[in-house]
Amino acid sequence: MAAAAAGAGSGPWAAQEKQFPPALLSFFIYNPRFGPREGQEENKILFYHPNEVEKNEKIRNVGLCEAIVQFTRTFSPSKPAKSLHTQKNRQFFNEPEENFWMVMVVRNPIIEKQSKDGKPVIEYQEEELLDKVYSSVLRQCYSMYKLFNGTFLKAMEDGGVKLLKERLEKFFHRYLQTLHLQSCDLLDIFGGISFFPLDKMTYLKIQSFINRMEESLNIVKYTAFLYNDQLICGLEQDDMRILYKYLTTSLFPRHIEPELAGRDSPIRAEMPGNLQHYGRFLTGPLNLNDPDAKCRFPKIFVNTDDTYEELHLIVYKAMSAAVCFMIDASVHPTLDFCRRLDSIVGPQLTVLASDICEQFNINKRMSGSEKEPQFKFIYFNHMNLAEKSTVHMRKTPSVSLTSVHPDLMKILGDINSDFTRVDEDEEIIVKAMSDYWVVGKKSDRRELYVILNQKNANLIEVNEEVKKLCATQFNNIFFLD
Amino acid sequence: MGEEDYYLELCERPVQFEKANPVNCVFFDEANKQVFAVRSGGATGVVVKGPDDRNPISFRMDDKGEVKCIKFSLENKILAVQRTSKTVDFCNFIPDNSQLEYTQECKTKNANILGFCWTSSTEIVFITDQGIEFYQVLPEKRSLKLLKSHNLNVNWYMYCPESAVILLSTTVLENVLQPFHFRFPPKQAGTMSKLPKFEIELPAAPKSTKPSLSERDIAMATIYGQLYVLFLRHHSRTSNSTGAEVVLYHLPREGACKKMHILKLNRTGKFALNVVDNLVVVHHQDTETSVIFDIKLRGEFDGSVTFHHPVLPARSIQPYQIPITGPAAVTSQSPVPCKLYSSSWIVFQPDIIISASQGYLWNLQVKLEPIVNLLPDKGRLMDFLLQRKECKMVILSVCSQMLSESDRASLPVIATVFDKLNHEYKKYLDAEQSYAMAVEAGQSRSSPLLKRPVRTQAVLDQSDVYTHVLSAFVEKKEMPHKFVIAVLMEYIRSLNQFQIAVQHYLHELVIKTLVQHNLFYMLHQFLQYHVLSDSKPLACLLLSLESFYPPAHQLSLDMLKRLSTANDEIVEVLLSKHQVLAALRFIRGIGGHDNISARKFLDAAKQTEDNMLFYTIFRFFEQRNQRLRGSPNFTPGEHCEEHVAFFKQIFGDQALMRPTTF
Repeated sequence: MAAAAAGAGSGPWAAQEKQFPPALLSFFIYNPRFGPREGQEENKILFYHPNEVEKNEKIRNVGLCEAIVQFTRTFSPSKPAKSLHTQKNRQFFNEPEENFWMVMVVRNPIIEKQSKDGKPVIEYQEEELLDKVYSSVLRQCYSMYKLFNGTFLKAMEDGGVKLLKERLEKFFHRYLQTLHLQSCDLLDIFGGISFFPLDKMTYLKIQSFINRMEESLNIVKYTAFLYNDQLICGLEQDDMRILYKYLTTSLFPRHIEPELAGRDSPIRAEMPGNLQHYGRFLTGPLNLNDPDAKCRFPKIFVNTDDTYEELHLIVYKAMSAAVCFMIDASVHPTLDFCRRLDSIVGPQLTVLASDICEQFNINKRMSGSEKEPQFKFIYFNHMNLAEKSTVHMRKTPSVSLTSVHPDLMKILGDINSDFTRVDEDEEIIVKAMSDYWVVGKKSDRRELYVILNQKNANLIEVNEEVKKLCATQFNNIFFLD
Repeated sequence: MGEEDYYLELCERPVQFEKANPVNCVFFDEANKQVFAVRSGGATGVVVKGPDDRNPISFRMDDKGEVKCIKFSLENKILAVQRTSKTVDFCNFIPDNSQLEYTQECKTKNANILGFCWTSSTEIVFITDQGIEFYQVLPEKRSLKLLKSHNLNVNWYMYCPESAVILLSTTVLENVLQPFHFRFPPKQAGTMSKLPKFEIELPAAPKSTKPSLSERDIAMATIYGQLYVLFLRHHSRTSNSTGAEVVLYHLPREGACKKMHILKLNRTGKFALNVVDNLVVVHHQDTETSVIFDIKLRGEFDGSVTFHHPVLPARSIQPYQIPITGPAAVTSQSPVPCKLYSSSWIVFQPDIIISASQGYLWNLQVKLEPIVNLLPDKGRLMDFLLQRKECKMVILSVCSQMLSESDRASLPVIATVFDKLNHEYKKYLDAEQSYAMAVEAGQSRSSPLLKRPVRTQAVLDQSDVYTHVLSAFVEKKEMPHKFVIAVLMEYIRSLNQFQIAVQHYLHELVIKTLVQHNLFYMLHQFLQYHVLSDSKPLACLLLSLESFYPPAHQLSLDMLKRLSTANDEIVEVLLSKHQVLAALRFIRGIGGHDNISARKFLDAAKQTEDNMLFYTIFRFFEQRNQRLRGSPNFTPGEHCEEHVAFFKQIFGDQALMRPTTF
């Protein structure tokens, strides 16, 4: 497929042209109620990035957004503007809590061409960015903040604007650096969860393991279980999708090196040597033998709509199996508790992890040889947030790599936007450049996007091909042809 | 000691007979389990009482001297009485046969008859001090025919009627035992076969005394379907053993006898043995207590022999009140407590205790309920209970108890208990299945070994556990729902582990519990990983949950699709959702569109109030009519007149499809 991608059009570094991907220009959070009078405008601003921007410009930019939202509200009171398109950039608005506005300004991608006289000519690509993708990114920013800090309102109640500002500063200062706007795509819209395929018996074993651990550790409120960065069981959907995002794009990648290093490597040797099992903490104490080890775990907030629970997040991993124990924040896990957890969970999780691995390999062998198929696909089910992509390579902390050309990804995004407009099931087939075909299917809250590369294929053949794919990959669900 | 502590008891209704006294001799026949009370040598009457027949047999016989031994043949056909050391007298109890006595003298010269055993209704074995003689009795001829005999010096003998094995003690030390086995092919004379002899190792004794094997220290009993010779080895001062022990020698039908188990008694003194419900009961007279051993429970294996310790702490047999019968019962006189472990007790295998001086015969029984609290290890308790005959209700109560709030067991323990139950359940299901397959293959006639597997009480199926344990358990409001779900999951996991198909009502119970606690995301997971197996009822249940949990609709449709026998249901579901086109596409996709009712689809399309949709559906059926019948018109049988009229009204007559003519 690599050759196909190169042949699909101009690569990012084609000759004579320089391409600059979309970039974050600014990001700010404000509440118009905090400075309604003239001269107090600065009070509205709760967070502004980049901080170096001069105060008046900040106020101006915030004021502009406020005005746009107010203005568009007159046409559509319930759905004010979500984004503003300009030649150079695009602004995205989001009101996650009443009167709290988050704004993200993204610079359009640029192509720098050499004109005949050798002078560089800058061309903004105004239609490249997809509103839905970046609106989703902005919403994700809030969800991630809320996961670790609770709602804006809660911070106001706890310590007023001062505390809220501190929390926003502390969180977004780091978080914004991890936004990789150039590689956002359809998957950001879905914010889906990749589930680990598993047979019934192994699933029951895992469920049984979780129940036993919750019983013997008795302070555990919720548990999530992942294998190979794929979810097996966890929390309610909305909390789980953001926790999953954090685990798979931030926490797990950070810990991948010591694992790859193997048992005998120097990195490994520094870790507490436990010969009975492979378990270790990804959050919390690094070395259980160190009496001064700190047992600090990240706090997370779940079910913020009703019960509003504050929890400690304990992530413990053995080989490819990771288990998240969530305990009430009022309970402070001690080093003794951590040692007990290690001694109970470690050995059992190690055994379970190898069981899963073994079973997985058996199932894989049974399902036949994994031939490289002639197509790639993205599947998403709104009902359980299940997502499956053969387009994306393994996620790394920095970028999510795709194996197809960005233009094709953009077609996928366009099809998705079309699907959003109507409730009916539908199917869209697009002939893309070279020999590419892109097919989008929507059936009862499920979406499937297929990218095919077949020389001289016609519409009927492509349709047949997709039918075949559905019959093999999705034969156990109700997916209309 | 509370009453609930006693785990052994004497049966409530003992066999009562006239006490032994100088004029009344009492005999017990182990084969028929009958007590003979012989008054004045039979002249003033013989009363025979068995455990099952409440009507005793009474008769008189002439007093021809002291009775040494008296026994009926099986089915009470012939009475044999030994009065001298050389002869046995017989008397027919068969109607129409002469009741005149006849006599058989032992064949071996100078031999003394030690005793005799009936091995069938007409076959008898004489045991003499010089061997055994196997006879067939010919009642109509009033004579006996010698079938077989064997010569060897005999010190004493023992007979196990259940397995038809006679054990003869030989040699000076009396410790070499020679077993004989008797077989009775139907309608043929019985056969006698000699099994390999074996030696009982005697404990080292001081040189001054001659060691020997006493008849009192040997018993024979069938335990778990196998014949064992039980040897009570007394504590010897020279060895450093901590107490007496019971050694179990396995006596197989074929092959040599082998020492298998040693039961450690850890005490010394006088003992007596019983076997009840496959448990070895050892009574200890000095402490007036008993202990029980279960050779199926795990013991310490040293490479050849397994050592066992008592399953439970020693307890007395439950105190027993002698029931007062006769006129005395009317008075307010309180019942007399019975002296337990009395020196006048005589113990017989497997479970009989006789007090000749009091005139009672009891069967010893094991009470399971008290054991539940005496055996804290639930896994071991289950192993123990599952081997008992009357275990079902006790096991179910153990299950309920371990799920109760006050006595709640930990999940691993609960899992162990479920696994043990299902292990037994699966064994039975497998046996049933292979039986059914064998019957189907027609092997039933050719192989007499093929028997329908017996369902013992230890087989607790899903409906038992559901009815007696789980359905009540999930109703308990005070139970944390996490625990309730964990228990249900554990049971389902266990069933799956043993590859037992989970019944629909268990799935329903899980769903009900999850829905009750709003744990829809968990329900979703269970369905996603197919923990809840697909079925039409389950799919319908999911459909009904849609208003609480919208994804249930999708889950239900997926399930119907996987069932592949529920296409009609899928169409109905789609039509009810006004997804007429989707329904039509689906039915066309599976090739069923030629047989569907046009009216049903047109009705649904009309209901959507979407004229274009109605047009599409209408056109589809016109085309179908054209294809099937050569004309686009609907037949009267399809009852689509109102739809045709509606179509004309909206789109005009000219919009109707014209018949194509060729």
